[in-house]
Amino acid sequence: MSIISLIIKREFIAKVRNKSFVVMTFLSPLLFVAIAVFIGYLSSMKAETKRIVIHDETGLFASDFLKENKKDAEFKYLNLSEIDVKALKDSITKENFSGLIVIPKTKNIKDLESKIEFISNNSPSISFVENTQDLIASKITKLNLEEARLDTLAIQKAQSDVNIHLVKASGEESLKGLNEIKIAIGGAFGYLIMMFIIIYGNMVMRSVIEEKTNRIIEIIISSVKPFQLMIGKIVGTSLAGILQFVIWAIIGLGLMFAASAFFGVNVGSASRIPPVLMQSVGHNFSEMMQIGLNEAWNLPIASILIGFIIYFIGGYFLYSSFYAAIGAAVDNQTDSQQFLLPILMPLILSVYIGFFTVVNDPHGSVAVIFSMIPLTSPIVMLMRIPFGVPWWQIAISVSLLFTTFFFVVWFAAKIYRVGILMYGKKPTWKELYKWLKY
Amino acid sequence: MSNLLEVHKVVKQYGDYVALNEVSLNVPKGSIYGLLGPNGAGKTSLIRIINQITMPDSGEVILDGQKLQPKHVQAIGYLPEERGLYSSMKVGEQCLYLAQMKGLSKAEAKKQLDYWFDRLGIQGWWNKKIQELSKGMAQKIQFVVCVLHKPKLLILDEPFSGFDPVNANVIKDEILALKEHGSTIIFSTHRMESVEEMCEHIALIHKSNKLIEGKVSDVKRQFKTNSFEVGILTNNVEGLMYDITQKFTVSPASFKSLNDDLKLNIQIGNASPNELLHVLTQRGQVTHFVEKIPSVHDIFIKTVTGSSN
Repeated sequence: MSIISLIIKREFIAKVRNKSFVVMTFLSPLLFVAIAVFIGYLSSMKAETKRIVIHDETGLFASDFLKENKKDAEFKYLNLSEIDVKALKDSITKENFSGLIVIPKTKNIKDLESKIEFISNNSPSISFVENTQDLIASKITKLNLEEARLDTLAIQKAQSDVNIHLVKASGEESLKGLNEIKIAIGGAFGYLIMMFIIIYGNMVMRSVIEEKTNRIIEIIISSVKPFQLMIGKIVGTSLAGILQFVIWAIIGLGLMFAASAFFGVNVGSASRIPPVLMQSVGHNFSEMMQIGLNEAWNLPIASILIGFIIYFIGGYFLYSSFYAAIGAAVDNQTDSQQFLLPILMPLILSVYIGFFTVVNDPHGSVAVIFSMIPLTSPIVMLMRIPFGVPWWQIAISVSLLFTTFFFVVWFAAKIYRVGILMYGKKPTWKELYKWLKY
Repeated sequence: MSNLLEVHKVVKQYGDYVALNEVSLNVPKGSIYGLLGPNGAGKTSLIRIINQITMPDSGEVILDGQKLQPKHVQAIGYLPEERGLYSSMKVGEQCLYLAQMKGLSKAEAKKQLDYWFDRLGIQGWWNKKIQELSKGMAQKIQFVVCVLHKPKLLILDEPFSGFDPVNANVIKDEILALKEHGSTIIFSTHRMESVEEMCEHIALIHKSNKLIEGKVSDVKRQFKTNSFEVGILTNNVEGLMYDITQKFTVSPASFKSLNDDLKLNIQIGNASPNELLHVLTQRGQVTHFVEKIPSVHDIFIKTVTGSSN
């Protein structure tokens, strides 16, 4: 058996046998599902109905608000226009009602626009304020139209609602919700890479520090090359990580189904589909979902998956080499903080760029540049791929990633080689630079 | 006798600091070779170079007639001073792993382990974790690990630290037995009495330079001061003192003896011991006559403090 596979095997077994690893593997999905069920339960719970009082001196709006009173609605409107405003305000302070809308009488209806007040103890939600404004505004518009003797029905008829059909050059009809699906897929993969790097990169670092503090390192290093040890460690840890992820996925999915069957809570829809998607597909959800699924099959699935594997390997190895070098440079985890920050920054940055810039403009210059830079490309490029990326961009990005990867492994191996034999010192950046020359 | 290990003008620098300055060593085959030196002298740097943990900046190392190369790690057993084991791994698995890293097959490793565990009476430890063992027990395992693959060259850095006297003796006997079976042993320690007891050759490194190297007896000859410890029974002390101070340098000595004799340290310079004896026997009865041989301890201190001044 070659030395590297020997090391990989030991690292894998050591990780998998570790008690905390076993506990985490089986506890995390339970926790995750418990949280999902809890959120699902909360969101399915009926919110307490809030009673809103209308004091409408004009007598024009109250009826429109009362029309909003439906069963299970969040707000119940009461028309108390004949009661004195002062008394109503008192009842708000005494918390008999949640809020009070005061619509004063004005000479001109136009003046109302800035005269309406909402009085409450707690500031209302933005959506409530907007809904109320819309409701009053449309009523005023309607009144204005009537005053101008315009035919509201004719105007309604004249208004148009355009719905552009997205058609690809190849002729298939496309779905607008598809963009959200693309974001969801790219985002999920990008996020997965980030999580994997942070969790298992840290594990690589801890394992290096452990060998240092155990003082076994010098015994091992007299039999194998530091480079072999480092690569074996990274691969062994990632295999353990992949195993853990697979177990999580299996248990998680199983529990999801079990939970949704048992609690009758639609956990899946609450947690897995992003809200943007929910909103955009809106009413005829299931029908759209069907088209969506068909569309999803038309996505470049092969290139997404291959891209995921390539960027996963490249990104994980790149970052875990950094983690290994840091582990070798420090004596304990607390000392590692100063070196970890520069590693976490590009990771966080790439997720932000992914979710904000790529979503807005998948082929804009920011998205393109960051999908080339090796430290951010694994996540940013992966989020761009579902939108269709020219092959030459992928080629540049991948070759840059792997060139950097080999450079970083070389650099990390140097730091590693010197660092593992340095005890009791907290190194500075300057010292790390010096080690490169040893 | 040919040399198993030859180190030729090895230089190692860490930044501006010179850890080894053209150090050369010759370790004869089948010997126990004491590598001495104060803390920070460069011993560990040299040992790491021999183990190919670090590379020399210049100079070369020859093992058994060949320039040092990666396959040689299998011919070397190394017990570092800073040593430890995976604390949560079982003793048996750990030893198997480390032995396989040295190129043994799993079956061969198991066989050797059984032999050594049996020999040291630690058969029951196979399934224990290192964290359940005492420090001394773990040291025993480490010793086993570094000799399992029957290395031609065994490098032991402070092998006795952490052992009680009984176990230290067990390990000492094992080291001597390995030597009998043809292993060459480099032995780095600050315990001079073990050097005195076990080493045939020594080298002393101080401030990155090798100051002394050779057979222990040769080194001692080189450091001897030609002085003798003398005990003599005489009635005429003044006469005796007059006679010897004519030719030799005399100082009082203290050693244990059963007689109420006069105890002296006499340095004879280039004269022969017989001349001294001749003078002494004319004046009284000699009860004690020993050449003062410097101990390794004395040589160490003299060399290190001498070169510092």
